[in-house]
Amino acid sequence: MTETLNPAGIPAFPGTRAAGCPFDPPPALQGLQEHGPLVKVKLWDDSTPWLVTRYAEQRTLLADPRVSADITRPGYPSQAPYNGGSLSFILMDDPEHARLRRMVTAPFTIKRVEAMRPVVQKIVDDLIDDLLAGPKPVDLVEAFALPVPSLVICELLGVPYTDHDFFQDNSKTIIKRSATPEQRAAAGGRLAAYLDELVGRKLDDPQDDLLSQLAVRVKAGEMSRQEAAQMGVLLLIAGHETTANMIALGTLALLRHPGQLALLRESDDPKLVAGAVEELLRYLNITHSGRRRVALADIEIAGQVIRAGDGLIMPNDIANRDATAFADPDELNIRRDARRHVAFGFGVHQCLGQPLARMELQVVYSTLYRRIPTLRLATDLDQISFKHDGQVYGVYELPLTW
Amino acid sequence: MKITIDQDKCVSSGQCVTAAMDVFDQRDEDGIVLLLNPAPPAELADDVRQAAAVCPALAIHVTE
Ligand code: HEM
Ligand code: SF4
Repeated sequence: MTETLNPAGIPAFPGTRAAGCPFDPPPALQGLQEHGPLVKVKLWDDSTPWLVTRYAEQRTLLADPRVSADITRPGYPSQAPYNGGSLSFILMDDPEHARLRRMVTAPFTIKRVEAMRPVVQKIVDDLIDDLLAGPKPVDLVEAFALPVPSLVICELLGVPYTDHDFFQDNSKTIIKRSATPEQRAAAGGRLAAYLDELVGRKLDDPQDDLLSQLAVRVKAGEMSRQEAAQMGVLLLIAGHETTANMIALGTLALLRHPGQLALLRESDDPKLVAGAVEELLRYLNITHSGRRRVALADIEIAGQVIRAGDGLIMPNDIANRDATAFADPDELNIRRDARRHVAFGFGVHQCLGQPLARMELQVVYSTLYRRIPTLRLATDLDQISFKHDGQVYGVYELPLTW
Repeated sequence: MKITIDQDKCVSSGQCVTAAMDVFDQRDEDGIVLLLNPAPPAELADDVRQAAAVCPALAIHVTE
């Protein structure tokens, strides 16, 4: 621990992961749990928000209405200077947050998501057909992990088949490492303009999809056409790289735990598959930069007082590895009951897309390793580059062969 | 076991339906929780406790 303490005695956040342990949180971060449920950390801008180290306190605070997700409030522990850009409801508080969130909840009910399962199965099967017919080795990220959620979001929003390539190409550019900030912004702009135009088409010719539902609201004067298009962009950004990284990093984790992979491959019990999804979410913690909040009032918790205006960071990485919540937390065990994990957050901002993400991952994890049972890494683990600096953790590339 | 729900708090996560689909459902128009059975039989008790424990909005209350 001591080597990570800065001269003021306050550890810097975030820390770095240990070499050779790409699935574990930074040791210094995990070590903070021993210093109690709340410790001060130092950020890039020298601010010193609270880091909430424990599962129980993270859940309590994330569900507390005196805790705000509003990035414009003083004290909010931001990851980078706030550029004053337009905000989505992920960075708003109720009642405005609830009003906007409820406009897009309908397609994410368990019933609606289950109705999409055959479509997702077909997307996954077709992509695996292409993999098997193509050259080896293959980069799983490019050829499979990114296309799956991108095509699913096309389906959800109601992007016509003929526009899928345009949609996929631009979605990929937004998160491409080699793209310049200008190229990313341009791709984002093209998608926003495209979605705006598509909302226009849905206004005239509504179908059974999310953009058509938003078009109805535009007609009713509940939101502007631009807001509807922005909602589409938000869903794309929130659901694309996250799901893709769970597919690629999850596959790598399973390849490194062959016993677990064999269990999954040899079972046709949907409960075991669903449990594996929860456990991989708990274990991998791809949203690794921590939920960020600011206190609106003095809050007493765990023998401390958080003052109004204090920043709060709640990394699910360490909450999901808290031994008081999960036995042997650093073991990947797809048979454990991991359903209480906080990989989708907690409180009113808990992931809106979680039923869809779960279903996509269930389809992928129950199909990919069965159809390609000899799937293996085509390089050494130390050749793989991890998204340490990414908003969402994962691998940049995953060369596989079979 | 008796269950109460708070629809104003619900954020349509669907977690309760996944945990106990015989007890909870969601409104088609916005995914808000619906209580199918406020006094479920003993064999569903574990699932219901699970639903209350994972509800992110603390919108499910169970009295044993
Ligand atoms: C495995 C994949 C995913 C993970 C790990 C994930 C994780 C998260 C987390 C941790 C949050 C909470 C943010 C906070 O509290 O500050 C969140 C929110 C959100 N997610 Fe996801 N997500 C995933 C997939 C998706 C998908 C597929 C969609 C939609 C298509 C989606 C849409 C959203 C939205 C709209 C929010 C904001 C909710 C709100 O503020 O009320 N996510 N997600
Ligand atoms: S788990 Fe809670 S927030 Fe989610 S749908 Fe059920 S009642 Fe609503």
